[in-house]
Amino acid sequence: MSAAISQVQTVDWHSPAIEARRKSRYAAEARLKAYGLIAIVFALGFLAILIGSLIYSGHKAFVQTVASVEIDLSAAGVDKAKIADANWKGIVKQALLDLGDAKSLPKREQKKYLDIFTDSAAYLVRDAVIADPSRLEGKSTFVIPLSDPFDQLAKGEVSRQTPEAQRRVSDKDIAAFDALVAKGVIAKPFNWGLLFNADSRFPELAGLAGAISGSFWSIVVCFAISFPVGIAAAIYLEEFAPKNRWTDLIEININNLAAVPSVVFGLLGLAVFLGWFGLPRSAPLVGGLVLALMTLPTLIIVTRVSLKAVPGSIREAALGIGASKHEAIFHHILPLAMPTVMTGTIISLARALGETAPLLLIGMNAFMTSAAHGIFDASTALPTQIYIWSDSPERGFVARTSAAILVLLAFLVLMNGIAIFLRQRFERRW
Amino acid sequence: MAGYILLFLVAAAALMGFLSAAKARRTAEASSGKTHSRAIYHGLNAAIWTGIPAFVLLLLWLFLQDTVIDHLVLARYPGVEAMDASARSIAISEIRQVVAGNIFKEPTPEVLAAVEHFKSLQSISAWIIATVAFAAAAVGAYLAWRFVSKRARARHSVERAVSIFMLLSSLAAIVTTLGIIASLLFEAMRFFAMVPVQEFLFGLRWEPQIAIRADQVAGQGAFGVIPVIFGTVVISVIAMIVAVPTGIYSAIYLTEYSPPTFRAVVKPLLEILAGIPTVVYGFFAVLTVAPAVRDLGAALGLPSEPNSALAAGLVMGVMIIPFISSLADDAFAAVPRALRDGSLALGATKGETIRKVLLPAALPGIIGGVLLALSRAIGETMIVVMAAGLIATMTLNPFSSVTTVTVQIVTLLIGDAEFDNPKTLAAFALGLVLFIITLGLNLIALSTVRKFREKY
Repeated sequence: MSAAISQVQTVDWHSPAIEARRKSRYAAEARLKAYGLIAIVFALGFLAILIGSLIYSGHKAFVQTVASVEIDLSAAGVDKAKIADANWKGIVKQALLDLGDAKSLPKREQKKYLDIFTDSAAYLVRDAVIADPSRLEGKSTFVIPLSDPFDQLAKGEVSRQTPEAQRRVSDKDIAAFDALVAKGVIAKPFNWGLLFNADSRFPELAGLAGAISGSFWSIVVCFAISFPVGIAAAIYLEEFAPKNRWTDLIEININNLAAVPSVVFGLLGLAVFLGWFGLPRSAPLVGGLVLALMTLPTLIIVTRVSLKAVPGSIREAALGIGASKHEAIFHHILPLAMPTVMTGTIISLARALGETAPLLLIGMNAFMTSAAHGIFDASTALPTQIYIWSDSPERGFVARTSAAILVLLAFLVLMNGIAIFLRQRFERRW
Repeated sequence: MAGYILLFLVAAAALMGFLSAAKARRTAEASSGKTHSRAIYHGLNAAIWTGIPAFVLLLLWLFLQDTVIDHLVLARYPGVEAMDASARSIAISEIRQVVAGNIFKEPTPEVLAAVEHFKSLQSISAWIIATVAFAAAAVGAYLAWRFVSKRARARHSVERAVSIFMLLSSLAAIVTTLGIIASLLFEAMRFFAMVPVQEFLFGLRWEPQIAIRADQVAGQGAFGVIPVIFGTVVISVIAMIVAVPTGIYSAIYLTEYSPPTFRAVVKPLLEILAGIPTVVYGFFAVLTVAPAVRDLGAALGLPSEPNSALAAGLVMGVMIIPFISSLADDAFAAVPRALRDGSLALGATKGETIRKVLLPAALPGIIGGVLLALSRAIGETMIVVMAAGLIATMTLNPFSSVTTVTVQIVTLLIGDAEFDNPKTLAAFALGLVLFIITLGLNLIALSTVRKFREKY
């Protein structure tokens, strides 16, 4: 014992052995710090690559290569009473052939030339005329999207250097396309179709209108159910429920439910809402119901926390001047807790907006060429649309998928931004 | 029809609310303001009495009408006694198709007669519910109107109704859990009636696509869950290998070393990783990570496939980083200041304090967080659906393709709505396995975290 003490007292703090130990201790310290920084850099670098690669591959889908073609419809002899029945295919074909001076070409080459434009050009012109019959008088200009291979060519996605056999456009096609460019009829305006068209098999026409409306109706249903039920449940559990085994069970159950995989909720929706109740497949109603069940636990937890945060003195003051328990809660405590509750609600709705797996299981991956008008129409949602497009083989859909993701992320940023604004503007710190 | 009845109920409830509130106000004036409840409560009470009972009846009718009509139509359908359950459901769906106007081939006279019967029943049922809803609303309105008086306790009545609503709402979570368990068990039982349980649990081959006809299933062993679970474990372990060190080290740096401004910027940025929808991660994995991983595998000379387990696991790991990071953060924050100060006072460096004092003290909390993250990784769906494979293989090579429980659930159910073959029902059996595994992990994790909290 005494030997040990004398040894400690005679330690030479500057001996080489101790110096070396101290050095290695400090090195370990520096290493730990470096590992921490590397971990953060790794995570944030991944985030940057993720966003960067999505923007890189998606930004080109926000413009669409189009050709403007002037058609003289007064000469085409369209019956004004039956606009839809006119020979639109013929009219548009002639106009497009005129555009590229391709009338003298043999039939097969004419057909190849027409492949530059979208397959549905005739329907686009027809619908434009039906929407505005005054275009039948005299000349008017129509904007025709180019088909996917030429859209890619115009955007530089298809390299002209690749050998002819390995690209989808031949040298002749490129020459025809370049002739159109030289005539100045090709333009690349902002792709409004991406937001306002419904889905299509042709990437140049496919848009997100159906997905956005489907997501909108699902979120409306989800909000209409989970918001009142979640708040009511939270108030009951926080303010009224007796503390016993039964309420303990409810509480454990809510915590567990928040961690159940989302695909299991999809199975629940499939078996119960579609199988037992016979609700319509692919409908935003069912999607909203499933999403509501998923957001409910989070919403209850958030609401309980914010109710707990309101000081007891508020309740006591209300009760003291003769308010009933209900009045104290609904007139005083709940309004004070409301900013936090709203923040939590918006954040959970943003989560619900990004949910994919449960919606896939209840069939919200239907191919619909028109937008849903209500909660009973079959529809897709934004995330399921992303999934469908990512599975499509056409090259144009890669860019569209990234663009759709950017649109979805924009909605999420918007919702979270509103939530953060509400929190900073209205939330009270007691 | 239901929509119009609903509109009518809302309008009637609003009207009765205003009328009763006005009557209560007159009563109050007549008795110099000394009524028991304020006018607004009389109004609310009348609205509840008018609207809610009729609304509940309407909901009941919406749920029951189809079943009842099907039953009545089939009861009169010729030859129904000789039909089994599936023939009956085919008959009724054919009748429904014709009612909806989707005629593919000329219906037989029996079907046409049944369609007429169906339509007449539908209109009768619509009239019945309209009458019943109207009567219920009228009775409720009358009672609520008579109820308005000086001493009537309208506030108590309203508060009781609100309490009942809140009580029912708090049961919603329980009902959801019961619904999950019931639907999974029920459909899984039907599956196990076709495929023996032990074959499902211990089978080493998973080839659900060949078992389209029921007679192919018997004795084939094509529904063995082991390889699917194996693939899930491989991907989850890769994800945890990425996420656990990254999450814990970043939490250490953010809580112990970083200046406050750095933390204020970096922490929300990390949280963004948790807020990105999983379908986005899935697409990113396919678009960017998978090709890079395949090239890496080829460079290392390993057999590599485009849908590698490594790509899916890596991306999933990144998704989980903020989850582990924030739970570890909480765990470090919960360690009492005195432990840290004691260690520093004895001359330990900050790093030694973290490794030898903070980490052991926070370990139960961290383990709870890791278990929660693991349960999340096992239940994660979209990343693996898009980036992992479809074929169940038992391999430890991270560059080859494996499949997971969630991938199989989604692929078995996409586009297939019939609940009568083992292929679709297998998805529910897989769902049951998934639910039990994640439930177990969650319960262990939550109890670990709770115990740890009690300690300090």
